[in-house]
Amino acid sequence: NSQFQTKSKKSLSRPGVKNIVLVEGVRTPFLLSGTTYVSSLLHEGLLNKTALPKDAVDYIIYGTVIQEVKTSNIAREAALGAGFSDKTPSHTVTMACISSNQAMTTGVGLIASGQCDTIVAGGVEFMSDVPIRHSRKMRKTMLSLNKAKTLGQRLSLIGGIRMAHLAPELPAVAEFSTAETMGHSADRLAAAFGVTRLEQDEFALRSHTLAKKAQDAGLLEDVISFKVPGRDIVSKDNGIRPSSMEQLAKLKAAFVKPHGTVTAANSSFLTDGASAVLIMSEEKALAMGYKPKAYLRDFVYVSQDPKDQLLLGPAYGTPKVLQRAGLTMADIDVFEFHEAFAGQIMANLKAMDSDWFAQTYMGRTSKVGAPPMEKFNLWGGSLSLGHPFGATGCRLVTTVAHRLRKEGGQYGLVAACAAGGQVSRDHAVCPSTGTVLWGQESGDLSTDTHTVLMGHVYSTPWFSHRKVFLCYRGRIGADKTLLTGRDRPIRQYRFS
Amino acid sequence: MAGVRALGVLSRIASRRYPALTGSSSRTFSVASTMMARTHVNYEVKGDVAVIRMNDPNSKVNTLSVQMQREMSEVMEEVWANTAVGSAVLISSKPGCFIAGADINMIQACTNTEEVTRLSQEGQKMFEKIEKSPKPIVAAINGSCLGGGLEFAISCQYRIATKSKKTVLGTPEVMLGLLPGAGGTQRLPKMVGIPSAFDMMLTGRNIRADKAKKMGLVHQLVDPLGPGLKGPEERTIEYLEEVAIEFARGIVAKKIPLTKEKGTMQKLQDYVMSYPVVRNQIYKTVTGKVMKQSKGLYPAPLKIIDSVKAGLEQGPDAGYLAESQNFGQLAKTTESEALIGLYQGQVICKKNRFGTPARPVKTLAILGAGLMGAGVAQVTVDKGIHTILKDTTVPGLARGEQQVYKGLNTKTKKRTITTFERDSILSGLTGQLDYSGFEKADMVIEAVFEDINIKHKVLKEVEAVISPHCIFASNTSALPIKDIAAASIRPDKVIGMHYFSPVDKMQLLEIITTEQTSADTTAAAVAVGLKQGKVIIVVGDGPGFYTTRCLGPMLGEAVRVLQEGVGPKKLDQLTTSFGFPVGTATLADEVGIDVAAHVAEDLGKAFGSRFGGGNVEVLKTMVDLGFKGRKSGKGCYVYQEGLKTKEVNRELDDIMDKYKLTPHPSVSSDSDVQYRLVSRFVNEAVLCLQEGILNSPVEGDIGAVFGLGFPPCLGGPFRFVDSFGADKLVQKMRAYEAVYGDHFTPCQLLLDHANDPSKKFHK
Repeated sequence: NSQFQTKSKKSLSRPGVKNIVLVEGVRTPFLLSGTTYVSSLLHEGLLNKTALPKDAVDYIIYGTVIQEVKTSNIAREAALGAGFSDKTPSHTVTMACISSNQAMTTGVGLIASGQCDTIVAGGVEFMSDVPIRHSRKMRKTMLSLNKAKTLGQRLSLIGGIRMAHLAPELPAVAEFSTAETMGHSADRLAAAFGVTRLEQDEFALRSHTLAKKAQDAGLLEDVISFKVPGRDIVSKDNGIRPSSMEQLAKLKAAFVKPHGTVTAANSSFLTDGASAVLIMSEEKALAMGYKPKAYLRDFVYVSQDPKDQLLLGPAYGTPKVLQRAGLTMADIDVFEFHEAFAGQIMANLKAMDSDWFAQTYMGRTSKVGAPPMEKFNLWGGSLSLGHPFGATGCRLVTTVAHRLRKEGGQYGLVAACAAGGQVSRDHAVCPSTGTVLWGQESGDLSTDTHTVLMGHVYSTPWFSHRKVFLCYRGRIGADKTLLTGRDRPIRQYRFS
Repeated sequence: MAGVRALGVLSRIASRRYPALTGSSSRTFSVASTMMARTHVNYEVKGDVAVIRMNDPNSKVNTLSVQMQREMSEVMEEVWANTAVGSAVLISSKPGCFIAGADINMIQACTNTEEVTRLSQEGQKMFEKIEKSPKPIVAAINGSCLGGGLEFAISCQYRIATKSKKTVLGTPEVMLGLLPGAGGTQRLPKMVGIPSAFDMMLTGRNIRADKAKKMGLVHQLVDPLGPGLKGPEERTIEYLEEVAIEFARGIVAKKIPLTKEKGTMQKLQDYVMSYPVVRNQIYKTVTGKVMKQSKGLYPAPLKIIDSVKAGLEQGPDAGYLAESQNFGQLAKTTESEALIGLYQGQVICKKNRFGTPARPVKTLAILGAGLMGAGVAQVTVDKGIHTILKDTTVPGLARGEQQVYKGLNTKTKKRTITTFERDSILSGLTGQLDYSGFEKADMVIEAVFEDINIKHKVLKEVEAVISPHCIFASNTSALPIKDIAAASIRPDKVIGMHYFSPVDKMQLLEIITTEQTSADTTAAAVAVGLKQGKVIIVVGDGPGFYTTRCLGPMLGEAVRVLQEGVGPKKLDQLTTSFGFPVGTATLADEVGIDVAAHVAEDLGKAFGSRFGGGNVEVLKTMVDLGFKGRKSGKGCYVYQEGLKTKEVNRELDDIMDKYKLTPHPSVSSDSDVQYRLVSRFVNEAVLCLQEGILNSPVEGDIGAVFGLGFPPCLGGPFRFVDSFGADKLVQKMRAYEAVYGDHFTPCQLLLDHANDPSKKFHK
């Protein structure tokens, strides 16, 4: 374990504050929406350890962005479905793209305050099956129908239904407060910072190339395979597509037409996927015989103007969290930033590297500096791996932990921007600044000891709105696929 | 309650904005280029694109002044001659302004119609050259693009505009009694279709960028940018330039089409318009509408129709000739002079001549959530000022808050704000029944019942809770401020702020200062009013101040006219045909007969017999019978919910019979009745200037037009005296004086002007 002691810096542990550790993190493969998962199938990944008795989990927190109306507290449904004790409380949080960051930091808060010792936090997003609502007029008519007492009343209500009532209402992809879509906002942001199309395409290509390399080298060990009933086993992220600059240059602008610079290739794509982490207090983890992967030291959330600075969270959040932890950019060995758009990442880097911006908009005396690229998102990012809104945060944190061990670093920093959905403000989160790895504490937890619980909901074909929640339990095999003991699900829940 | 209420209808004409300078010309196009250093227009060649930047160093806005035009023609010649240049981008370096129009002074400097016509023809020639430019020119528009600026832009080959709120396109010439005189009447119908072109030119309204794109007025939109490595405005202009350069290259490379594929509706419209019968019908309909709305008092709209018609029916040569000749004629009409005067006056009244107040008003408290109080709250809270709305009863408060909500909601329906912005604005409004939080208020405006005792009571209550720097403003329409201030322990902080109802529509704010009011208090009140978007006149204290006082004698005369047997309908017709946007009988109903009676009695007491005329008892009897005007459903007219037409209140006949007067045939012709009404108004206005209530004739004109609906085509009472002739007016008044006595005695200042024709209120 000598590689972990190449650097020896101060510990960020503070007297009186519990050390909180990341024990393990896993995720399902991230898949392009509507590719492999059939659209009637909602999939949720959850993890457990065989070593961890089911009732040892004190609390479960899940993040999600676009909520399924039938499963409004999806954390609870997933936990029950995955065979956790029905005595384990769970709740769902939402904060746009950083919903699972919020789930993790909520868990950190619960541990720090002494409420719990063991937390499962995660995130899930299923863009292939977003709820589509009836129009407001139709909903109103339908609700009135419930209250109608006589046949005459009902008929008059039904008679009032017009063609316009039948138009469905898709979930808004636009910012509620500004009615601007995020891609549009990213394009304006890139233009504001003078990020060229070329720079964006280069960054996107870098992301895909690095992701491909990491995937081929087997570095993405947080991915667990998953068998879709009636389909193949899915074991790899399927959005990684290294291309050439020429190919990228051919694409037309996707949002600001025709002169915009944000294209389909330099934006993150709609993704299905889930992720989860096991967070514990250090005492508890050690007492239970775990070798934690990382300490979770500090985090900060910031928000800015939702119109013009929607996606600038990382630029605002990074200096703040560094200041809290008493570190500088140079102390950080591993950076993992959420790549919503290549243009957005480049804009953030430029903002962090600008004294003028720091002084004019951030009230700082000088810039914090941009992270060096040789430490930045080295195993790909949301652009290439995909971005299931609710699940990206856990992936970032787990990746930092894994990279720190691989690269022998001490401190890692995670940042993500968020907006959209129901959230109207912009946040950056750096939940694991000072994700410190002490050599003697971090040990390789053999993967074949994991038992993973997976749950998914699918709509029964005979009645489309009836959903069945299926749960499987099995072992992770040496080839990292999920070995289920039997073909039939262990439990079924029916929602109608 | 505050005097002139519910003058909603007035706003149709009176509240029109007069955005910016207009017209167009280029007298110096032919002047040979000089070696003088250029200060207004410069250009830089970027690759194969010439970027032409406009920036008037002496002004906040760019205008097509003599110098701007001279430098522009020089630059254009150089660009055309430069073989390395394949295309050009025309852009302004000023944030928020492309070109706001032509320089009005240039038109005013001309002595006769021929000169103005020549000015117009030079402009036409210049833009024709631009239109026929062998190298495509892309107009990159950020900010106001009005009048001559728009005519310039539409002669370019391609137009790109930013989606900024400041980017507006329009032809406001008609509001100045002019027409788009540099090819506008010829190019617009071809570009946006005949109906839209008429709509633009006849209303003069501003068109936002997204609408302009839909109409086909611009080809492409660009989003304004937020903060980046430079300030948002600076970077937005830079970005617009980058995009425009790309497009200019695309046009040369034939990658970007100059004409848009027409939609089915557009094709259909074009097809229909190809029939002369249809076009003639349109001219007829439009002319009819114009005549109905303008009563034939405004020549510009008719000349616009004439110019468009000439171009479409007789070909471009006839069209351009008609345009330039009509432009020349219009520029020398009294109507144009009056409207330009109002525009310039409005610019003056949008400035704070009292300087910057010591502390800006961040929290404003309003007492009374009635029509007036809630109206003030509405125009305040949406400007980002925290607003406290206090009433004494829950229903009263609820009604007031609902009014604010409704006002803002209307804006969301018109899409000027989003529902999110509406809710976020409303979060700045606190409704309450007590004085909590008043210690944080920087200004308190009271809009309680018009009774000196109640005003004193609230003043004392408020002064007990507010902080020492807080200003107390009274929204009264007639009570002298010094009487209200008499109860104050710090009269230097007491001021009058007379709003006009409906507050969100009426542009005028009359600020009344007493001798004790401190200069800083006045500066703060003006600053608040300007923030609320008001046109402000600051007047001296006295019964009725300026506006209510002028209205008094005219209403008195109107009652006499009614007593003499002229019906309300006829009275309305006589006044509207003189140019008043709202007839006097309707006005009285809108203001409220009870308010009119109250004011008439108060002012009658204060000013004596000069304010007589009609019998106040007529108004009092009407109030006693419940005929209080629109609010009570009956006044001079009967108002029924849901009905747009209104019938004359027949029950009025009995009252009029009772107070019947015999008309004097010598002074009772239609024209005489009109001049009886107007001359008393005007005489009182001049008297206000003579007595020092008014600071200047400009403020008098602005107050009368924007607050009381004095005919805009006459430009206000003072300009009316100038153009009509003081001597002629005095002559008429003397004739009426002979019959009715001192109601018509001209004041000394008016007599001075009558005796010396060289004396003018406006130079």
